[in-house]
Amino acid sequence: MMNSTGPAVSVRDLRVTRGRREVLHGLTFEVPRGQITGLLGPSGCGKTTLIRSIVGVQVVAGGEVTVLGQPAGSPALRRTIGYSTQNPAIYRDLSVRENLRYFAAVLGAPKDDVDRVLEEVGLTPYQRQLGGTLSGGQLSRASLAVSLLGSPELLLLDEPTVGLDPVLRKELWELFQGLAERGTTVLVTSHVMDEAARCQRLLILREGEILADDTPRALRERTRTLDMEEAFLRLIEERQAA
Amino acid sequence: MNATITLATARRIMTQLRNDRRTVALMSLVPTLVITLLYFVIDDERSFTAWAPILLCVFPFLVMFLVTSISTLRERTSGTLERLMASPLRQLDLLIGYGLAFGFMAVLQVSLALAVSLTWLGLELTGPLWPLVLVALLNALLGTALGLLCSAFARTEFQAVQFMPVVMIPQLLLGGILVPRDQMATVLEWISNVLPMSYAIEGMKLAVVSDDLSGDFWRDVLVVGGSILLALGLGAATLRRRTP
Repeated sequence: MMNSTGPAVSVRDLRVTRGRREVLHGLTFEVPRGQITGLLGPSGCGKTTLIRSIVGVQVVAGGEVTVLGQPAGSPALRRTIGYSTQNPAIYRDLSVRENLRYFAAVLGAPKDDVDRVLEEVGLTPYQRQLGGTLSGGQLSRASLAVSLLGSPELLLLDEPTVGLDPVLRKELWELFQGLAERGTTVLVTSHVMDEAARCQRLLILREGEILADDTPRALRERTRTLDMEEAFLRLIEERQAA
Repeated sequence: MNATITLATARRIMTQLRNDRRTVALMSLVPTLVITLLYFVIDDERSFTAWAPILLCVFPFLVMFLVTSISTLRERTSGTLERLMASPLRQLDLLIGYGLAFGFMAVLQVSLALAVSLTWLGLELTGPLWPLVLVALLNALLGTALGLLCSAFARTEFQAVQFMPVVMIPQLLLGGILVPRDQMATVLEWISNVLPMSYAIEGMKLAVVSDDLSGDFWRDVLVVGGSILLALGLGAATLRRRTP
């Protein structure tokens, strides 16, 4: 366990520029421990850039990102963060099992972790299949399985449920729920507003700025709507009025 | 460097190759087939003895350059490199992992080509066999290291393939194959002097024709070895944990 008090992630005045354009304009927020925090916003709003900054693989222009008490990207964090990229980062010419075995060795995860994570994402029957022959949904689950290796304290998942059928999506959210109950912090991005209800906390991002940072319930009360899509629109209106 | 991670990486790359049998077949058979073709085209044992070492030099380099630059480019574009850069793996673990796996393939490639040349094609060696294998292996590692380096400057696989003639053809033209190096224009000779392939080709020629290995051979080996380390170092510098 690393420094186990304080927020899992704390971001202060984070600025990121890509090319000449600033894509994150001084974000400040915290991600509480042991909860599922949803990072929501339309495609292109900076979700992936923000996740990459927390992982420590993004060149940042300014600000501070502290993860589990250490600066983002610290060597000590490389075993304690599970990171799943938006495009499934899986070797297409290896089977699911071979992929997992390799990443388990790199992370120094126990050998039986491979079977555990296969079970968790429901890919046990497909473990001998090559990455290149999997469907889109299976690929993204394989990529998710890699991020679960070594039972990381913080899981950063970039759009893990894109293109999955509703049953699988429900199962994955139950998995995230179970992980959070056992103390894992989960930060998950989505551009599907209806997934917001499954999170304990929401960060809503639009054009590189935070529109809202609240619980789903408080957000519903503030915007006086049950529909997250509608709530999003009202938040934008609220901001424009201000 | 972490031995467990490096070996796991080498093993992973070998598994990728094993899952792609056609590539393995091409890698191991093509040099042998080309050398055989050369033998029948030349149809003269003395000229063949002069040309065979050049092919034994060029092939491991060429194949490893291509295979490495494309596979590292794939790592970059598929996101697996980003995943590795977020993990405890160090840049050198990855590079040496590639070097080990492809070095093994190079030994396989050269052994087969040499076995056929020495038995069926009647290539005569005056000295021992190991210097040839050593130079071929170094060449393969040089190809791997330069492939890694060049892949950093390619955004697509099309670009990566185009780097092959850029790196390869000047080194062959200036390497003393067509015109002896000391007969080139001075400027070209200078350029030739800094290209590692010139030393590899010279080393290979010496390994075939001389029975006692002089200081020249060892100088060539050292230069090629140094170039590998330099290219690996530069290659490692192009693998950044943080990217824009």
